[in-house]
Amino acid sequence: MNVHDILFWVFSIAMLVCGVMVIAHRNPVNSAMSLVLLFAFMAGLFVLLEAFFLATIQVLVYAGAVMVLFLFVIMLLDIRASVLKRLRWLGLVGALLVSGLLVWEIQQVLRQPAVESAVEAKGLALGLSDVVKPLFTQYMLPVQLTALLLLAAMVGVVLLSKRDLQ
Amino acid sequence: MNELLIHLLKIAGVIGVMLGIVAYTVLAERWVCAWMQDRIGPNRVGPFGILQPLADGLKFIFKEDVLPRHVRHKFYFTVAPMITMVPALITVAVVPWGSYLPVLGHNIKGVIADLDVGILFIFAIASLGVYGIVLAGWSSNSKYPFLGGIRSSAQMISYEVCLGLSVVPVFMQAGTLNLWNVVLYQAEHTWLVWCQPLSFVIFMVSAFAETNRTPFDLPEAEQELVGGYHTEYSSMKFAMFFLGEYANMFVASALMATLFFGGWSLPVAPLNAPATTLAVGLAHVGVFLAKTLFFLFVFIWVRWTLPRFRYDQLMTLGWKVFVPLTIVNILVSSVVLAVMENG
Repeated sequence: MNVHDILFWVFSIAMLVCGVMVIAHRNPVNSAMSLVLLFAFMAGLFVLLEAFFLATIQVLVYAGAVMVLFLFVIMLLDIRASVLKRLRWLGLVGALLVSGLLVWEIQQVLRQPAVESAVEAKGLALGLSDVVKPLFTQYMLPVQLTALLLLAAMVGVVLLSKRDLQ
Repeated sequence: MNELLIHLLKIAGVIGVMLGIVAYTVLAERWVCAWMQDRIGPNRVGPFGILQPLADGLKFIFKEDVLPRHVRHKFYFTVAPMITMVPALITVAVVPWGSYLPVLGHNIKGVIADLDVGILFIFAIASLGVYGIVLAGWSSNSKYPFLGGIRSSAQMISYEVCLGLSVVPVFMQAGTLNLWNVVLYQAEHTWLVWCQPLSFVIFMVSAFAETNRTPFDLPEAEQELVGGYHTEYSSMKFAMFFLGEYANMFVASALMATLFFGGWSLPVAPLNAPATTLAVGLAHVGVFLAKTLFFLFVFIWVRWTLPRFRYDQLMTLGWKVFVPLTIVNILVSSVVLAVMENG
């Protein structure tokens, strides 16, 4: 077992622990911070695959921006822990359904003949220009459409949050 | 093993020099302030007061570490000052301190981590610094820190956008995100501040907002918020916030020097190309540090010159002035670059 393998196990186990903490904690701030840690370890896994760009974006977008806003909302709402202690049956059924589906999907994937390594198998290089250039050439239309979708969502949020806007 | 040793030495050197500069920036701040207000300033500890940082450090360590009873979460309360300090120490890893240092047959590159995603790495790690402030404000569980924390994080998130957008033209022109190569480009061509002056101005102003310095230091506006997010902190925990601010200032200064003022290069004969001898290599490090110290001085200079902005003025400046300006700047720069390449 070389350093690479050891780090892989360290990051993976840490990610699983963080993932469990996200749903197990009663305090939403703890959950949010666990999720931040989880993203950091996931970035570590990307670094092991030498996908530095993905690792950086992972931290920049999710840990640095999205989760900060989550934390913001949690703190401003100041949810009481007692409200969260109630078990909602609808939530439980939904969670079981979704996680069951996920387990079934993973099982289906694992049944496939083993792929040695996603990166090596396809001969993918994950450098900056390898990731970015196709976005501006091959996948130009999908990128633009996604951008339009995001813009529409943003305008929608502004409209909804300013109800008295006439 | 040799490689590992070189890396460890580089890390130790960079962190050591950086923390030394951070400690002395605090003293410089007091000196410059005294000078500008026609006072004498600290001059009691050691000759001319140069041992003042040591005395301050000892004082911080020996003060009682008060943990107010109303603190909501002890763990986050303790960890928050560390989170504000650490990103500055990590981001400095991708800043090029010099070109090469040819020592004993090794050609040591003047940067700890020569990452191709350089600047993105800096923004990614720097964006984590907000957690320290948010958590400090929330876990203190009293109104002034909470208001200060909310203000500060809103400010940092807003100006992160300006900061990120303002440097895009720089990297479009240099054609690389690797900071060492950006400096090399400037050594071979010209300093980017001459080509991208608007970028530089917006970057500098945003950096002031991002490091919570005057004229944008309203998160800790004493008159309205007592001390802002660090009101409830004492002893070394407060010192960590304090040093974190100066460490962030150091990184911002180093970035201004690197991105816009040629980093380790000077436009004269032996200093405008990567070093081949040790003397030139060391001179490069000296040039880089001199430029960084100059920008640290500008930070202090501005603090004792300009009054503080109002909160709404700050937000208006960020979202309604800087964001549109940077986007226009990106558009114009890309058109000019495309015309110059093809025409």
